[in-house]
Amino acid sequence: MLGPRSQHHKGRYAALAHRLSGVLLAVFLPFHFLTLGLAIEGAARLDGFLAWSDQPLVKIAEWGLVTLLSVHLLAGLRVLALEFLPWRSARKGWITAGGVIAAATGLAFLASALA
Amino acid sequence: MPVPAALFLAQRASALVLAPLVLIHLGLAIYAIHGGLSAAEILARTQGSLGWSLFYGLFVVAAAVHAPIGLRNVLREWLGWKGVGVNLALAAFGVLLLVLGIRAVSAVTGI
Repeated sequence: MLGPRSQHHKGRYAALAHRLSGVLLAVFLPFHFLTLGLAIEGAARLDGFLAWSDQPLVKIAEWGLVTLLSVHLLAGLRVLALEFLPWRSARKGWITAGGVIAAATGLAFLASALA
Repeated sequence: MPVPAALFLAQRASALVLAPLVLIHLGLAIYAIHGGLSAAEILARTQGSLGWSLFYGLFVVAAAVHAPIGLRNVLREWLGWKGVGVNLALAAFGVLLLVLGIRAVSAVTGI
């Protein structure tokens, strides 16, 4: 069982993960929109990009983005719960559970991409 | 209402809107990537769909509110960039997200 000090450290790591994932997602977002906007120039233009993206390094980057989005979602839900809900006792395992769920989501994406 | 309080509320309200949308988006990403992506497959799902247009339109608006406020907090607290400059830069970033996002939604839905 974790002591208060260790729990405090986990909380700091969760806050850091929330921020870093948010910054990386914010940097990625304009490029994601620009890519989808290629469809304005026709399906062939979008297909050209999708063909380029079908390589291992890009798949790994996409896995990273899906994992980052999962981390940001779960860490964000934790922040909302901390600020707005009175369930203090229910928070104990949230950080570990959030990490496991985010990793599982990333792996599910990778498994689906490679299948 | 003071500006910091309004930004705090806008950040939390946009987070509440984004949470279920992100969950659905993640599920769709895992489903759609199976077997590889093609423009035909994406556009067959989205073209002419008012539902996807509203879904992703709301997603874009909420993200365009949420991301700049979050970045503003990071820039102020980690880099010490405060004042009008950071506010203008991030307002511009929000507008950029809104314009590029609405353009992307329009491109894939045709609406």
